[in-house]
Amino acid sequence: MQTNTDTPKQNRAPLKRNDPPAVQAILILLTFLFFASFIFMPLGLVFAEGFRKGAQVYLDAIREPFALAAVKLTLVTAAIVVPVNAIFGMTAAWAISKFSFKGKTMLVSLLDLPFAVSPVVAGLIFVLLLGTRTGFGSWLGEHGIKIIFSTPGIVIATLFVTFPFVARELIPLMEAQGREEEEAAITLGAKGWQVFARITLPNIRWGLMYGMILCMARSIGEFGAVSVVSGHIRGMTNTIPLHVEILYSEYNYTASFAVSSILVFLAVATIAVKSVMEKNVHNHQHTQH
Amino acid sequence: MSIEIKNVTKKYPGYTALDDITLNVQTGELVALLGPSGCGKTTLLRIIAGLETADAGSVILEDRDTTNLPAREKNVGFVFQHYALFRRLDVFENVAFGLRVRPSGSRPSKSEIRDRVEYLLKLVQMDWAMKRYPSQLSGGQRQRVALARALAVNPKVLLLDEPFSALDAKVRQELRRWLRKLHDDIHVTSIFVTHDQEEALELADRIVVINKGRIEQQGAPQEVYDHPANAFVYNFLGNVNVFHGRVKDGKVLVGDKLIEAGPASGIHGAFDGQAFIRPHEIGISRIRSSANDLSGFIRDIRLMGGQIGLELETKAFEKPIEAEIPREAWRNLQLSKGDEVFITLDRVKVFTGDYEI
Repeated sequence: MQTNTDTPKQNRAPLKRNDPPAVQAILILLTFLFFASFIFMPLGLVFAEGFRKGAQVYLDAIREPFALAAVKLTLVTAAIVVPVNAIFGMTAAWAISKFSFKGKTMLVSLLDLPFAVSPVVAGLIFVLLLGTRTGFGSWLGEHGIKIIFSTPGIVIATLFVTFPFVARELIPLMEAQGREEEEAAITLGAKGWQVFARITLPNIRWGLMYGMILCMARSIGEFGAVSVVSGHIRGMTNTIPLHVEILYSEYNYTASFAVSSILVFLAVATIAVKSVMEKNVHNHQHTQH
Repeated sequence: MSIEIKNVTKKYPGYTALDDITLNVQTGELVALLGPSGCGKTTLLRIIAGLETADAGSVILEDRDTTNLPAREKNVGFVFQHYALFRRLDVFENVAFGLRVRPSGSRPSKSEIRDRVEYLLKLVQMDWAMKRYPSQLSGGQRQRVALARALAVNPKVLLLDEPFSALDAKVRQELRRWLRKLHDDIHVTSIFVTHDQEEALELADRIVVINKGRIEQQGAPQEVYDHPANAFVYNFLGNVNVFHGRVKDGKVLVGDKLIEAGPASGIHGAFDGQAFIRPHEIGISRIRSSANDLSGFIRDIRLMGGQIGLELETKAFEKPIEAEIPREAWRNLQLSKGDEVFITLDRVKVFTGDYEI
């Protein structure tokens, strides 16, 4: 009963089946072919293109001030978005899984909206809402607060497109765990924050980490929504994906691929952290059996 | 007076969980709240613990009105149906939890906590499992750890919500007797909720029968069992045969048969009512012992361990009568399917009005 409440993603031993060897071979071969043509080859090409004109050109491209500014902005954005969405996700998951209230079903459906709507539309919504065309936007402008075409706009757009990750991960987990452990802790005299720190958080920590990693991956790679609100000011409001796009449209392929390789690195690092964690979850479960 | 519940009412949209409940529990008493599922007994327990709030009424623990006190300040031990052990903490830390979360001023020292936890785990015979995690324990073991955890904070009262219902029959019975012994040793005022009449009869000093948010009857187990206040209580406390009929002058006319109603009835005048008799109160013999006896045939025989269940068909009643006799009597009478027997129903009890099960 312990394992299935731990995380919705689980490693199960594959079923032993008596498929003919030929079928097995063909399926395995197809899988490899698919991986090779859609994952390994394109990723390899990114590096091949980046290094086409030699290591020096590659290094210059990623050390260039605009590229560094883009990396910095991307990381700053992720550093704000991930914790904010972690807190939001925990709050939403807590409310949805542990209380019953009016409009709960609607809330759960709306949670998926950022996934369902095109990121470009998401970006446009914020341009409309916070740009100079609305009363609120111009009021902000009069008071010297610039949101659209600057860092806050990029952060807000990224927050929007990534907010379901943590909540989506935690809701089924917290629903499965119920409220009893928290209630037991309360009757034993624990205060609210003690219940959260000692009982709730340890119970959801792997799901939370998993949601945060997905959230981080998406916030680093987000293009559409950010593209609309950014304004593409080099060295100011360009994130890595936007910088890549600009280099590419200027026919500067080598630099474009070189900077892309940073994104690939970040993605690989994220996946590595994720798989290490999954292993941890797995081992952790085994020590408790 | 250890626990005083005064006029507690709790309504949910669509139904009333508790309807003006007043109940007193003496210090050191072990009281069972007995009733069918959905009768409000768990709600009452949760209100005492502060996990729910009553719409009206008050709860007084040891002369202190705790109605509006938050749950963590009530100093109540609560044992959950599904144990609710902290899955990320080992057995020792589970029991130590209530002591560790105390504010630094009143928190015992590390060695005091260790002593207390070890003492409690010995008390519940789980001291061998201190480093285990809840998932490594059986249901019965988990519930004993949960009990130790609840006792760790020296609660004024111990509340147990269907503590044994998730366990299998054998373990349930064992744990029941063990809990009774434990209560005799430590005498903490306790209320437990159950829908199992056997559990309530065996374990409790006093039984409070609840139905549809109201108290139907309360009293010592023997008293409630022998002198049920109404049809519901009689029915809920064990298996019954029900006869619908016309009652007059202590006699029940069922079909065309007049049955002498038991001594407790004492109701005069004629009315439509129900007569009840428990399967083991029915007399079975090969020869007619009085004119009141019914004759019938054995339709089915069920071996139920020490008792033998008989399904009896009679001309007087449409429904078959369920009877239970000791194995010894069954052997002496040499009964088999299809035999004619005489049935004595003189211990039948009569209640007014119709009662829906």
